[in-house]
Amino acid sequence: MQQIRKNNVLAFFYLIKQIKEYIMKSKKSTIQEKLSQNSIWMIFVLMVILVTILRPVFMSPANITGLLEGESIKGILAVGIMWAILSRGIDLSPGAIVALTSVITASLVQNEGVANRLLGDFPQLPTMVVILIVVLIGATIGAITGVIIAYTGIPPFIATLGTQLICRAAAKMYSNRPVSNLPDNFRILTKGKVFGFIPAIVFIFILMFAISAFLLTQTRFGKNIYAIGGNRQAAFVAGINVKKNLVFVYIVSAIFAAVGGILLAARTGSADPSTSGLNYELDAIAAATIGGTSHTGGVCRISGVLAGILIMGVINNGLVLLSIDDNMTNIVKGLIIIVAVAFDMRKNKPAT
Amino acid sequence: MSNEYILEMKKITKTFPGVKALDEVDFNLKPGTVHTLMGENGAGKSTLMKCLVGIYEKDSGQILLDGEEVKFNNTLDAMNSGISMIYQELSPVLDRTVADNVWLGKYPLKNGIIVDHKKMRKECIELFERLDLDLDPDVKMRTLTVAKMQMVEIAKALMNDSKIIVMDEPTSALTENEVEHLFKMIANLKKDNIAIIYISHKMDEIFQISDELTVFRDGTFVSTGPVSEYTTDSLITDMVGRKVETMFPKVDCEIGEPIFKVENLSSGKQVKDVSFELRRGEILGFAGLVGAGRTETMESIFGVRRKDSGKIYKNGDEITINSPEQALEHGLAFLTEDRRGQGIVGILSVAENIVLANLKDYGFPIKHKNIKKDADEYKDKLRIKTPTLKEKIVNLSGGNQQKALVARCLLSEPDIIIVDEPTKGIDVGAKAEIHSILTQLAGEGKAIIMISSELPEVMGMADRIVVMYEGDVTGIIERDSFNQELIMKYATNT
Repeated sequence: MQQIRKNNVLAFFYLIKQIKEYIMKSKKSTIQEKLSQNSIWMIFVLMVILVTILRPVFMSPANITGLLEGESIKGILAVGIMWAILSRGIDLSPGAIVALTSVITASLVQNEGVANRLLGDFPQLPTMVVILIVVLIGATIGAITGVIIAYTGIPPFIATLGTQLICRAAAKMYSNRPVSNLPDNFRILTKGKVFGFIPAIVFIFILMFAISAFLLTQTRFGKNIYAIGGNRQAAFVAGINVKKNLVFVYIVSAIFAAVGGILLAARTGSADPSTSGLNYELDAIAAATIGGTSHTGGVCRISGVLAGILIMGVINNGLVLLSIDDNMTNIVKGLIIIVAVAFDMRKNKPAT
Repeated sequence: MSNEYILEMKKITKTFPGVKALDEVDFNLKPGTVHTLMGENGAGKSTLMKCLVGIYEKDSGQILLDGEEVKFNNTLDAMNSGISMIYQELSPVLDRTVADNVWLGKYPLKNGIIVDHKKMRKECIELFERLDLDLDPDVKMRTLTVAKMQMVEIAKALMNDSKIIVMDEPTSALTENEVEHLFKMIANLKKDNIAIIYISHKMDEIFQISDELTVFRDGTFVSTGPVSEYTTDSLITDMVGRKVETMFPKVDCEIGEPIFKVENLSSGKQVKDVSFELRRGEILGFAGLVGAGRTETMESIFGVRRKDSGKIYKNGDEITINSPEQALEHGLAFLTEDRRGQGIVGILSVAENIVLANLKDYGFPIKHKNIKKDADEYKDKLRIKTPTLKEKIVNLSGGNQQKALVARCLLSEPDIIIVDEPTKGIDVGAKAEIHSILTQLAGEGKAIIMISSELPEVMGMADRIVVMYEGDVTGIIERDSFNQELIMKYATNT
């Protein structure tokens, strides 16, 4: 039985590889070029078809809703981290920022009068105020990280690794135990429905995605970051304030992580400083990367990132449906990321 | 079977997506000759050479080495068959020694395991003596001048027993003395029956050094023959397919009031106490040898490099420039010498590159229509050759990349335009176009600073020439007293 499952997974992966290779080879006519540009979406469709054939329950409204709800928080992180990658950096801190912000959020909205209340007699704050405070905290963390990266020249990998450790530790110092007993009027952020059918958490993801897409394609900030990631020195000489823009990149990423932290507290109804958001940044980086955001900087398509997020969702959800164990899921994820990047590097090789 | 040619390339064709880079091109090379490849940028010279040394795979055609068909999968293959290429942009391992670099990739072994440093050193010294090179095998590559690094590359080729050496614009970064030394070396190589394939844009050089010429245009073969059969005019006609009327279309413009003044500017060791004044409608040339501090001066004016001291005035008022952002606000524009490093953002489109310095003018949210309109306008105005404005700029020829960067400069509607080696590495056609654009701008009352290492260019274009030597201004010459000897005298501080 175990063997059959393994074979299923391997066959599944092999098929994806074959199709990518076929697309790579046949990059001749414009139609094929179009297809190749959107190959990530074809992979997505293919995976959906495959999983549906193997487990028809995949297509049930309940499962789809569950999948989307499950991916929303990591998806928000991905459209934030995407900015760091586009600028030729990386952000490893979002997972830890999720932990810190979710604990702070939980403590501020925690029902009054429960036993062992974290903040004792400190009044319970209205949800909107809490959101504002927590987003500001996120922005501050991002600003500090950004200033360190932009003005000292410390590689983003190292600087954000530092922020990650600090934020995780700060979360644990802030609360040495999980914070629960959150009010319903707060949890409505994830449990509610918008227009009667869109889960609120998914709606917030769509909103954050739209903000990121707008910034990326419709504002000077977006164009600047493309240029900085593509050729930092040329961007500087062209009069772009590279350092200031980089600070904003990490602010954006951290704000998105803070929103993720708020939603996580609302979704689970509690916040655990040691496990909340753990390794979320890795899934988010993976989604952005599979979506074609290039780690050599300057390349990012927002539609690709969306596909990347959904593909991660289908993998997570599909492998659960196929009752494949966690380790195997991670192996598949790892392989897919490597193939995606290898493919990306071939695609972006210059012609001359 | 004896062969007249050491190398024959027959009907070589190479296509890139959307572009036919080479179309059934022929090329024949005799041993012991210097054979120059001529053609505008994008004519296919470099592509042909890259097909030869195995960087590119040709689509069709034949390569015969000593009469036998060969196929190289990579540069190592080519090297082992006696073909070496010296690239325009050298890539030495800077922190290793000269000897390490000469032997790079093929270190001799003792007992099959240990690298034989003694042998490396000994053979280096022998080779340097034979070539009459003043090089120490033990110094770090980083301490050498570009010219010396090039010599190391040539030595490396010879250590490999190369019979054919390809040199891609070897003199682009050399001073005149260094060029002479290189030419002496090439003459010696010829005596050893080594064939040189030489790529260059510099006319005087080509006539001085070549035995044979082959001209390409737009990826096709145009003509070939001994150098004696060509004149400068016929060569240019062959290259561009039309006559380029005048190289330097200098029109005397009315020179207006002073608009820009630099006083006692210093920055590190490269810029020492530089002062000069610039007037409307004037083209102010900056001459000097490589390393004279001209680029550094402009970089510190424009805020790319930190200023240690000095004042800058515009229209009589002192202005502060600490970043390119501020420079642009004060109406300055800068066309950098380092097109790839500081100019283009290769993976972005032509249009995005053109508007890069002016994004603030396109509103919030950005009006993409206006970007397209402006880019289109400058594409026509400056005759930028590109399939579409969405093409990645890295796929354009050097001359067209340069025009896109000129467009970027002009889009900010500057009063003061600094151009640093504006025609470096671009072909004659584009060169003439850039010159006429600059003249036209001066005519519109803009003030222009032009750095150029080509004396004919700077003398042809400028109204006054500032000459620098090791960070100092050694002389400022008015147009009616321009002469090469005087400029060289100041440039060498003698």
